[in-house]
Amino acid sequence: MYKIFSKRKLNSTVTMMDIYAPLVAKKAQAGQFIILRVDEDGERIPLTVAGYDRQTGTVKIIFQIVGGTTMRLDQKEEGEYIQDFVGPLGCATKTEGLKKVCIVGGGVGCAIALPVAQKLHGLGAEVHSIIGFRNKDLVILEKEFSECSDKLTIMTDDGSYGSQGVVTAPLKEAIENGESYDEIIAIGPLVMMKFVVATAKPYNVPVTVSMNPIMIDGTGMCGGCRLTVGGKTKFACVDGPDFNGYEVDFDEAMARSDMYREFEQRERNNCNLFNKEVK
Amino acid sequence: MAIQPKKNEMPVQEAKVRANNFEEVALGYTSEIAVAEANRCLNCKNKPCVEGCPVNISIPDFITKIKNKDFEGAYSVISQSSSLPAVCGRVCPQETQCESKCTLGIKFEPVGIGRLERFVADYHNSKFNGEPQLPVLNGHKVAVIGSGPSGLACAGDLAKKGYKVTVFEALHLAGGVLVYGIPEFRLPKDIVKKEVETLKKYGVDIETNVVIGKTLTIDELFEDGYEAVFVGSGAGLPRFMGIKGESLKGVYSANEFLTRANLMKAYDEKSQTPVMHAKNVAVVGGGNVAMDAARTALRLGAENVYIVYRRSMDELPARKEEVEHAQEEGIKFEILRNPVEVIGYNNPDDRRDPKNGFVTGLKVIKCELGEPDEKGRRRPVEISGSEYIIDVDCVIMSIGTTPNPLIKNTTQGLEVNKYGGIIVEESTGKTSKEGVYAGGDAVTGAATVILAMGAGKTAAKAIDEYITKKNK
Repeated sequence: MYKIFSKRKLNSTVTMMDIYAPLVAKKAQAGQFIILRVDEDGERIPLTVAGYDRQTGTVKIIFQIVGGTTMRLDQKEEGEYIQDFVGPLGCATKTEGLKKVCIVGGGVGCAIALPVAQKLHGLGAEVHSIIGFRNKDLVILEKEFSECSDKLTIMTDDGSYGSQGVVTAPLKEAIENGESYDEIIAIGPLVMMKFVVATAKPYNVPVTVSMNPIMIDGTGMCGGCRLTVGGKTKFACVDGPDFNGYEVDFDEAMARSDMYREFEQRERNNCNLFNKEVK
Repeated sequence: MAIQPKKNEMPVQEAKVRANNFEEVALGYTSEIAVAEANRCLNCKNKPCVEGCPVNISIPDFITKIKNKDFEGAYSVISQSSSLPAVCGRVCPQETQCESKCTLGIKFEPVGIGRLERFVADYHNSKFNGEPQLPVLNGHKVAVIGSGPSGLACAGDLAKKGYKVTVFEALHLAGGVLVYGIPEFRLPKDIVKKEVETLKKYGVDIETNVVIGKTLTIDELFEDGYEAVFVGSGAGLPRFMGIKGESLKGVYSANEFLTRANLMKAYDEKSQTPVMHAKNVAVVGGGNVAMDAARTALRLGAENVYIVYRRSMDELPARKEEVEHAQEEGIKFEILRNPVEVIGYNNPDDRRDPKNGFVTGLKVIKCELGEPDEKGRRRPVEISGSEYIIDVDCVIMSIGTTPNPLIKNTTQGLEVNKYGGIIVEESTGKTSKEGVYAGGDAVTGAATVILAMGAGKTAAKAIDEYITKKNK
């Protein structure tokens, strides 16, 4: 059992938790992920490491409530326990040799992008961050990003905060204005990452994307997380989760990601009914 | 007394009934049937069956005990050689091992050795509840990676010799392939649980949620004071065919499909892990895993389940009993067929059509058997122009696995072969790295439970010798 050390709501649907898992905290690096089960008989879900504290032995996770499991996780309070917490899994984000980087984060993907930005900032790289959200209420981690970015641009779909528009607009503008990035690291919804790649392509800027497909074991056994990268089958859990954005077949990944849409919808409905009854 | 030419039948759940439930298919011998079956054994002088057993159980000895109704005595004989009798009695391919050598088998059906082993183990498990005699700890620590058959066997033997053993398991539950792979109806999970509990009684610690190669490395285990490490991490990533359409929704690896159904209990409506309840399913491959996947799909409510296999019924690598059970349950065998493409739904007029991207069929080509290959199995040769489509909404690829790269990538000095399997000295399980031993699928690639268990036992013996010698 793994204790919830602290819990904080970042917005109405996104929650941050620090979980006591000293073995994981000792090894975790930016870009890696963990798998957890909330309770006995629960589903195994992967969440990317949003931070870690080797001293306190805690690992930070930030999750959006999207289905039954994240709903159940959100109902757990500080001091309570979750059933299983295993990691760190996957490969760390490669940061060697990067002097100037643009980090592009979308929605809850910003939680994953943050430790990468922090690490690069700590290594002395120039970090430009572009983070996008649907609206003002959903903006998260602004302070944290401003602390590790030489330049921070916030975008909202409706213009209620920062500038209005999608993240690719300021990215394109920056490149056209002569910002020469060694790399763009994009973490967010699949469609966002796909368009970041399309935006960078004419300028030949390398793009790394962080993939988050459906997974079960996360250790290279089940093959559920397979992706087509560079025409070959790759497994996000052991070969990734970071991949060269130019090689990822995003359309296929998007199609595969909604395989269980009906089931998830049912789970959500069940949970809402459950919530109503409790009230 | 004339010898009964045929094995005593195994009582089973009726095919029509069991096709709709996940309860165990074979119900096991009663003591009367067991004694009758034991009496078929000729107790011949040269005991060829013992050689046929990968762990050399003294088969005629335990059968003699059964004849004398000394079932606990029979259990003692088996447990001298086997760590998991209740498991092996159920999942061993006896027809190609001990039973294939049985002298009685020359004229009649061989003695049902597997069924007798299972009977003895179940008898013991239902009657025996005492605490095992604990060995005196010898002060040496050994780490075992993976809690599948090889790891459990290795841990058990070392614990009985007085070692303090810690088993590290990546998943949340101990048992490895016995819990995520082999389905409930073939190997009830309570049996695995019982075997694991027995090990714990012997003082073995099981640490779940630790991925060696990630959470800890083998070198760190040595730093922690473990004097030897056994790697039984099992087979790894599933193979795919590389044909068009394999990424469509509804294409699973057998590992994923079975893990969802078994470990995550997706067959239970209340499970939080989804699995597709397909109407028509094609399983590609002919091994035990393919049979397990096919029969699981059937139990999840499929109307038609096809085994698509490129050779003929004679070459099917699965246990004979599993093939027979599958046939009785109505699994259809599309033999001498090789898949060439997975067909998916595509509505060009509506990109948002929810059916888009889901499997609608498997295109296969007919084959005939040609010349034998290097293993002596006749090679399938495709008959050009014979393609046709089997209507299915789910395809399960069960064509083997490749070794998991996590340990290899994080352990300096551990040599692997070109397929990624860990290289070991066969008689000891010793690897190229000092103090590190390995066995099971991590070495051989996908094989059987009993071979893995045998490798775990071999390594336990070698580890004991290594540590004893080192500390002299």
